[in-house]
Amino acid sequence: MSLIEVIVSIFLILGAFLSVLGSIGIIRFPDVYGRLHAATKSATLGVIFVVAGVFLYFLVVEGIVVGKLLLTILFVFLTAPVAAFMIGRSAYNVGVKMWDRSKQDDLARDLEKMNKEKPKKSDF
Amino acid sequence: MLDIVIAIVLGLLSLSILICTGRALIGPTMSDRIVALDTIGINLIGFIAILMIVQETAAYSDVVLLIAILAFIGSVAIAKFLEGGVVLDRGDS
Repeated sequence: MSLIEVIVSIFLILGAFLSVLGSIGIIRFPDVYGRLHAATKSATLGVIFVVAGVFLYFLVVEGIVVGKLLLTILFVFLTAPVAAFMIGRSAYNVGVKMWDRSKQDDLARDLEKMNKEKPKKSDF
Repeated sequence: MLDIVIAIVLGLLSLSILICTGRALIGPTMSDRIVALDTIGINLIGFIAILMIVQETAAYSDVVLLIAILAFIGSVAIAKFLEGGVVLDRGDS
């Protein structure tokens, strides 16, 4: 058991732990927005840890630099917030209800104020 | 030691994908299913990346990158479709 195996093992276990936490959040949170909160941060950080561990293994043990794994880390890091934003916006526009005990809804207030200031849309 | 860790991690990721499948089946609204399927895609990236260590090959790196791209594009496309708009809009619709 060498040092690099210990480091790779720490990366892999931490990543799998975060992925399982994200899945538990998906099954336990009460509404879509809470589930989105759990899924898009925890699972993304988990998979970044796992892929970083695999990259370290191939770099040190096998002696090859797999650049596509680094590209995967960058891509997941950039696109997971965009996908979560799109899903949340579509859920709000479709009209998915929030949880009963949610305290405030700032987007509804802002939309109401914007509709009051500009009653009709200018067509050009 | 690394073999045991890899077995444990593969088991944990399988459990994670199983829980997400349950949410995709029982989800009350369609947005829940989109969230669950997106998370399944994210977990699948880590799963195949660990299979690269098991089989000691670097050939699956293409597969990992391609699944990342397809999961993102699929989630965005289904979300835009559910909203009732077109997939590529110019912002003036």
